[in-house]
Amino acid sequence: MDEKLSLQEWIGLAEQKNMSFGEFCVDLQARELEIEQEELLGRMEAILEVMEQSIESGLSGIKSMGGLVGGNGKLVDNYRREQPRESIVGHVMSKAIMIALAVGEANASMGRIVAAPTAGASGTLPAVLFSLAEARGCSRSELAKALVVAGAIGMVIASRATLSGAAGGCQAECGSAGAMAAGAAVELYGGSPDQVGQAAAMTLKNMMGLVCDPVAGLVEVPCVKRNVGAAAGAMVAAEMALAGIKSVIPVDEVIDAMAAVGHVMSCSLKETAQGGIAVSPTGLAWAKKIFVSS
Amino acid sequence: MNIFDVIGPVMIGPSSSHTAGAVRLGKLALAILGEPVREAVIGLHGSFAKTYKGHGTDLALAAGIQGWTTDDARIPKSFEAVHKAGITISFKTINLGDLAHPNSVKFWLTGINGNTCKVTGSSIGGGRVFINNIDDFPVEFSGEFPAILTMHNDRPGAIALVTSILSSHGVNVAQMRVFRKQKGGLAVMIVETDQPVDDAEVEVISQLPHIESVRRIQLG
Repeated sequence: MDEKLSLQEWIGLAEQKNMSFGEFCVDLQARELEIEQEELLGRMEAILEVMEQSIESGLSGIKSMGGLVGGNGKLVDNYRREQPRESIVGHVMSKAIMIALAVGEANASMGRIVAAPTAGASGTLPAVLFSLAEARGCSRSELAKALVVAGAIGMVIASRATLSGAAGGCQAECGSAGAMAAGAAVELYGGSPDQVGQAAAMTLKNMMGLVCDPVAGLVEVPCVKRNVGAAAGAMVAAEMALAGIKSVIPVDEVIDAMAAVGHVMSCSLKETAQGGIAVSPTGLAWAKKIFVSS
Repeated sequence: MNIFDVIGPVMIGPSSSHTAGAVRLGKLALAILGEPVREAVIGLHGSFAKTYKGHGTDLALAAGIQGWTTDDARIPKSFEAVHKAGITISFKTINLGDLAHPNSVKFWLTGINGNTCKVTGSSIGGGRVFINNIDDFPVEFSGEFPAILTMHNDRPGAIALVTSILSSHGVNVAQMRVFRKQKGGLAVMIVETDQPVDDAEVEVISQLPHIESVRRIQLG
């Protein structure tokens, strides 16, 4: 078995070498994969394209396999256009909400998406990346570099904990996606390697203990809207980190805590549809309806 | 694990473990069988068994045993392709015990040339998979690296013969495991390599003494 990865170690090395975390991660991962940095970034840019297509697909008004989701991304899209002054969260975050919903809905309709880190959490990273890219005027290659940062954070979480809802609950899927997105956001805004780690830690702490309780066992309810929550959590954590706020508990320890919490979580709350809202009266009624008619 | 396991795969939704992982498990089972599938009985365990309809796990497994990739747009219609190809497929719920991963599956496959195999595997998250058992041999194989699988007689030198062929062709061994059911009996060897093993090398290995069969396993 491989030795556990450490985000703190990578952050320390990046700071030592006076590199942005993005530069450090691109350099490290290119060497690990034995490819040129240009190739790594090129592959990430191709992934960005698939993400964009999935946003479009989600906004086109599809309906999911179970029929529980579809159309909410479009609602936010219309709301942004028709009532631009009514936004509570502001233009940037409302775009993130729209994207998270759209990609989540594309996923639930057996559309083509990028699992980053998983399909159930596939809306979070594009939501944060594309909404901030527009706000900040980021280039494609800056976005690609931010994706590498996100990937590096995800690798550490996979190594120390888990990225799977069945093993760790939604804190492991959307929580991880949020932590990855928070780090990527800090990178896009020119934050330091340390700030990347702080943002990831603070996001995970705010998602600690989040259960996986999917209605009818599908990846629809509450999954699609949880991607929104994770994106929002990532953005507030990134903001705090950029303001200089530090997580009292260092990021590797937060990840380990998430792993430990996942272990003691009841199986009924880990993607078995046997707890939480999956067993609410309405949730159970949906399960009955969907599986009787299939 | 590499960064593209986390940022990726590009896949058909809805679930990396229950859809994309299932495609990959099917593909690996096909590769282990070593020939196109004629009949597949697929047993689902745990969370896979409870949620397979909603995640398209059954569609994904059917896609995988036909050799499709995780992002093949035909996946939602894989049953139609299965029927068109004359493949018989059936699903059932099984119990692999408490220690098995919640997303586990066992394949009983029969190929067009009569070859059969039993493969047990698990989808461990983010689309990553592990094969745990091949024909009652416990194994631990991820499909991340190209690999060769040999069935050989457990005799001194059998392993060294295979690895020396590989090294003489410049193929580096990343990981390898050997399992036998009993001393001196039939054994299985899985050698995961940094470079893919080519047809000529597979042919040479198949001719070695003690080697009963060899096949190449690669998640394309």
